[in-house]
Amino acid sequence: MEILTEFFTLMLDLLVDVTPIAAILLGFQLFVLRRPIHNPARVFVGLVFVLLGLTLFLEGLELALFPLGRLMASQLTLPSFIFGEAAGVVADFSWTDYLWVYVFAAAIGFATTVAEPALIAVSIKANQVSGGTITVNGLRIAVAIGVAVGVAMGTFRIVTGTPLHWYIIVGYVVVIVQTAVAPRAIIPLAYDSGGVTTSTVTVPLVAALGLGLAETIPGRSPLLDGFGLIAFASLFPMISVMAYAQLSEWRSKRARLSASEPPSPTED
Amino acid sequence: MQALLLQFLKSLRQSFQDLLPIILVIAFFQLVVLRQPVPQLGQILLGGLMVLTGLSLFVQGLQMALFPLGEDMAYSFVRKGNLWLLLLFAFTLGFGTTVAEPALIAIADEAADIAANGGVIENAGPARESYATGLRLVVALAVGFALLVGVIRILKGWPVQYLIIGGYLGVVVMTGFAPEEIIGIAYDSGGVTTSTVTVPLVAALGIGLANSIRGRDPLIDGFGLIAFASLTPMIFVMGYGMMF
Repeated sequence: MEILTEFFTLMLDLLVDVTPIAAILLGFQLFVLRRPIHNPARVFVGLVFVLLGLTLFLEGLELALFPLGRLMASQLTLPSFIFGEAAGVVADFSWTDYLWVYVFAAAIGFATTVAEPALIAVSIKANQVSGGTITVNGLRIAVAIGVAVGVAMGTFRIVTGTPLHWYIIVGYVVVIVQTAVAPRAIIPLAYDSGGVTTSTVTVPLVAALGLGLAETIPGRSPLLDGFGLIAFASLFPMISVMAYAQLSEWRSKRARLSASEPPSPTED
Repeated sequence: MQALLLQFLKSLRQSFQDLLPIILVIAFFQLVVLRQPVPQLGQILLGGLMVLTGLSLFVQGLQMALFPLGEDMAYSFVRKGNLWLLLLFAFTLGFGTTVAEPALIAIADEAADIAANGGVIENAGPARESYATGLRLVVALAVGFALLVGVIRILKGWPVQYLIIGGYLGVVVMTGFAPEEIIGIAYDSGGVTTSTVTVPLVAALGIGLANSIRGRDPLIDGFGLIAFASLTPMIFVMGYGMMF
């Protein structure tokens, strides 16, 4: 019963979110462009699917994934898990004590990015536009690897307490260097994938992990360190997507080179 | 109808594959690393089913409504040939989709709390409310501006990297001057603006424009709008923080 009420509240929220978009699109289409919409019944059904689908998706996450993810994040960062049951307050710790936290951060960052609806949308488009050169799964996995590395590094930063801006500045330098040498066609897509990753599934879980860490490690502020992780998650996909394109370019170049080489002379 | 159902079943299977990594990660850590039983298994199974159905429906609706709508409108604007109308549309779309975004409303309220506690604004209801509303308008303006610039860029065929790298330099410089308490909010607001409904629509618009203008490549010129929309709010919000 409670679920049903929540479901309708969420649906109402989303309706409020979608109404201005629909009004703008319809207003321009009918009054400015004065053109009828192609296949209006199909578009209408599609919009209902989007609304219903997002409601179910978000409500389901709230029921299943978010509570469990938050619980796991807090359990993994508990001192009793990291230093064993007997340990009290530990003043002296090494960053290696938190190994499972980094592994969890990378794994959950990867897994949630693969399921991110906005990234699925961009990948479908990129696949169509590139004529199949960029595969839907290839792009998503490249982005997910970026998020995984980013979030793991972000947790490492919280544990060690090193300043955020060092990482971000080095990251941007790498982005600028890659922009200069990567295949030109991938650059806009790589930049876009940075914005897409910080969306519905990844952010709540990653933020919970950051908060859990910042609360249990002495000397870290939850307010300051919660934000940092999301910056990591949107910076590293740019690097990994450009790297993916560089790698496939290098591989096809090498394949072409070895194909054009004359067959090695064999001794009789 | 039958074709639709078949397609839905297919996308249901695809969605299951999409969600499989999450299931594996959670199961591994819960059972092997933490060695804890999974609490409230029934609720989790129900939620998982909802996530699965929801994702399939969303992807289906994307292909039926959001993609064709965005592309059709791009074609129509190019055929009409009125630049000002196109720019007005780009701005309105960015502003309109952002100003009512629930995630942004939540962030704006949080920012007002931080500002009130920090003594930047008066700690009273009306002062907070006007600070939060102001912040929402600023972010919406930033996204409208981003789409406006992004569309001009597609029309002119400017390379995206100069604008984006220039923008990030702007962010770095502004970070040095903006008040400390606004910086976290500013960085976060960049991620919040690109919602799940806006992203496909904006991507389709950009690609539609690049497709219907001669000499533009949809891959090189069509993408990039989302990057603009997540960059400008950071700059605008830091500017807003400096006004107080």
